[in-house]
Amino acid sequence: MFEANSLAVIFVALMGFSVLLYAVLDGFDLGIGILLPLEQKDDSDTMIASIGPFWDANETWLVLAIGLLLIAFPSAHSHIFKELYLPTAVLLISLVLRGVAFDFRAKAAFSHKPTWNKVFKAGSLLAAMSQGYMLGMYVMGFESTLSAYVFSLLSAFGVAAAYAYIGACWLIMKTEGALQIQAVSWAKKTGLICFLGVVAVSTVNPLINPDVFTKWFAWPTTLYILPLPALCFALFVYSQMHLKHLPALNDKGCWRPFVGAVIIFTLCFFGLAFSFFPYIVPGKLTIWQSAAAPESLSFILWGAIVVVPVIISYTVFSYWVFWGKVRELRYH
Amino acid sequence: MFETLMLSRIQFAANISFHILFPTITIALSWFLFFFKLRFDQTGEPVWMRAYRFWVKIFAITFAIGVVSGITMSFQFGTNWPKFMETVGNIAGPLLGYEVLTAFFLEAGFLGIMLFGMKRVSARVHTLSTLIVAIGTTLSAFWILALNSWMQTPQGHVMRDGVAFPVDWLAIIFNPSFPYRLSHMVVASGLTAAFLVAGISAYRLLKGDDKQAPKLTLKIALTVAMFLTPLQIFIGDMHGLNTLAHQPQKIAAMEGVWHTEKGAPLLLFAIPDEKQKTNHLEIAIPNMASFILTHDFQGEIKGLNEFEGNHPPVAPVFYAFRIMVGVGMLMLFVAWFSRIQLWRNNPIPRWLLKILVAMSFSGWLATLAGWYVTEIGRQPWLVTGILTVKDAATDIAPGNVALSLTLYLILYAVLMVAYLHTIFTMANRAVEIEEITDDEKVKSVTHRALKENNYV
Ligand code: HDD
Ligand code: HEM
Ligand code: HEM
Repeated sequence: MFEANSLAVIFVALMGFSVLLYAVLDGFDLGIGILLPLEQKDDSDTMIASIGPFWDANETWLVLAIGLLLIAFPSAHSHIFKELYLPTAVLLISLVLRGVAFDFRAKAAFSHKPTWNKVFKAGSLLAAMSQGYMLGMYVMGFESTLSAYVFSLLSAFGVAAAYAYIGACWLIMKTEGALQIQAVSWAKKTGLICFLGVVAVSTVNPLINPDVFTKWFAWPTTLYILPLPALCFALFVYSQMHLKHLPALNDKGCWRPFVGAVIIFTLCFFGLAFSFFPYIVPGKLTIWQSAAAPESLSFILWGAIVVVPVIISYTVFSYWVFWGKVRELRYH
Repeated sequence: MFETLMLSRIQFAANISFHILFPTITIALSWFLFFFKLRFDQTGEPVWMRAYRFWVKIFAITFAIGVVSGITMSFQFGTNWPKFMETVGNIAGPLLGYEVLTAFFLEAGFLGIMLFGMKRVSARVHTLSTLIVAIGTTLSAFWILALNSWMQTPQGHVMRDGVAFPVDWLAIIFNPSFPYRLSHMVVASGLTAAFLVAGISAYRLLKGDDKQAPKLTLKIALTVAMFLTPLQIFIGDMHGLNTLAHQPQKIAAMEGVWHTEKGAPLLLFAIPDEKQKTNHLEIAIPNMASFILTHDFQGEIKGLNEFEGNHPPVAPVFYAFRIMVGVGMLMLFVAWFSRIQLWRNNPIPRWLLKILVAMSFSGWLATLAGWYVTEIGRQPWLVTGILTVKDAATDIAPGNVALSLTLYLILYAVLMVAYLHTIFTMANRAVEIEEITDDEKVKSVTHRALKENNYV
């Protein structure tokens, strides 16, 4: 039904789609965890209420992304996770801690609440950083050199800042009053760090990977691809300027920073994807070398064609149900 | 290499054992919640809403732990069992993929509305969301058990160059042991949830809670348990017959039959001795095992001697099977006895309530024991006849696996304590809350005492 080579491309696109959705969706809720203040009780309740109905579904995109890697590119899956064994364990443990802290903080004895808040914050931060570290190692081709570790560590902070940034933008959109003002100031600071991170990764990536360099700087491709970083830069500048005017009268434009951040995430994602395609393990394995049997892939593809649009529509429905400023969130 | 294998096995067993505890509760508890909500919609009786509100919170934490421990599972295959995916990935992959696509998103997508959306959507949409979450959890059991059953009794594939390729997906999904394993597991979940609901309700009654809700939930849970226990024993028996046909060495280990014999006795207790290939201290019912398995008192049962070097370790399978069946029998007895007491309208005596409290987590014990029978009973194979566990292991440095394993074990211990502590804290708090008056039929009840512990 589908031809083997195009199946590999379709699946890498599907996987990329879920990685991107994951980074945006779980990005903002991890970011809110990172920003969680440990003292002011009311604010932390509101902040968590703003992600309460979503975090579980958001994490499911990670399960799908990893699942697709496992299903469609099994040898890449084992290669990557063997290299990243310990960071993966750290990521998983922090996701576990964060997920349960979310629920326990509301239900445990009241005296334990501050502890669970700390666990929630630490778990979110560690999860974001381990993802950043894994991204860094991936970009560096899993080298075990000092410079690779340093770069990955920087990337860990960069990703944490990016998540905090999109989290702050989400808060600007979903809250009002003092918390919204606070969120604006968070967004300004984290936006700047995030910007520096993006610049750092974009510079280092072509410098250490000759393949990437030739790809980006081959005439006339450069011409087509240049708008990507240019647009990204413009958006950063625009968002920072716009943040100065927030919160505005009648809350006008409170959604703009968030939309800007989503576009920035998307552009960065395409930049990375462009750098490495068609490699799935940089420099070692292409998508065609590691793709699973076509009969398996077409079996699951039929399902995906039917189910993914349904998933997207009920995801949209759920965001629509909880549209607007956060209200107190209660289990009925 | 050997160390890595052992550590990987322990890590996998620890992760899956921890994970399965929580789905076992949520799969069936979601159906209980759907029932409570539906009854509330139909009757408007506030007591149904109270039952719903109390149990939905327990559902939420259980579900959260199920989700996060499940995410760990989905990384495990690649990190610790690379050969598994390389050999049978063409089959395992799509089954896992369908689980994510059809089940996980469904659960997670509607969970938000189920937990927090009651005031934002109509009663009907809310009840529907609860139903969809229940369908989602059950579907995920469907897919993962299809995979596990295929690993026990593979069919519908061909082997080319040592790699399995799918031929007939229906045959793969509906492999011979699947219908039995699915129904046995779903009913196991029903029993686990029923005894949890009964146990926690009994706990509240013991603490002097004289509201309606715990009495009602106790009655419902006991009714469910009364029907499900005999059903589970019946399905378990059929499951055993199916295993006899496909994995006779597992049955030989379960029954402790060392040598092929006619008219084999049913061993209630024994100490299997792997070295001397015999049992000590047998307590047995003559000819009963043959009768159960072949429906003939003189029927022949193949012994372990026919599977030299190709059968599982006997003792763990043997004991785990007795633990499962023992708990099942105890459940049968307790469920019927308590339900009949209720029927006669006697209040349940305190000692019986205490037994119910003690059995709150008995479903966990039986479920784990059952899985240990199934999984250890399949050794040395990972996928029967296709791949052994030894060949599937990773070659990561043992130190790394030891480190990750230690971290997981600490994490699980902490989570288990926190989970149990929280459930009982919630039950104690529910006891203290006063009965809310009649005019709470409307959705938007806010009672001061309720309010605080209801915040997320
Ligand atoms: C009989 C049922 C059953 C069994 C045997 C398993 N699971 Fe499970 N799993 C569930 C029943 C379930 C569930 C009821 O559907 C959960 C629990 C809470 C939840 O959200 O879904 C779940 C959650 C869950 C999640 C998180 C889903 C999400 O993000 O919503 C993952 C990734 C897995 N599981 C993966 C696995 C793997 C890889 C298993 C086997 C090795 C496994 N599960 C065994
Ligand atoms: C959900 C309940 C389950 C429990 C409690 C469980 C328990 C176990 C245990 C105790 C072992 C160790 C056996 C031994 O090493 O002697 C094991 C092995 C294994 N199980 Fe399961 N299992 C479950 C479900 C599954 C499912 C659904 C799958 C696959 C889809 C699976 C795949 C495996 C694999 C790959 C191994 C090999 C590793 C090993 O032998 O240690 N299990 N399981
Ligand atoms: C009392 C009568 C019971 C009998 C005769 C029975 C029989 C069996 C058999 C033969 C197996 C192994 C199947 C195989 O791997 O080939 C099994 C597995 C299992 N049992 Fe039971 N069982 C009983 C009660 C229970 C109870 C009360 C529970 C839980 C509440 C339970 C939960 C399980 C689970 C979760 C498994 C592993 C999954 C599976 O293979 O189905 N069983 N049971």
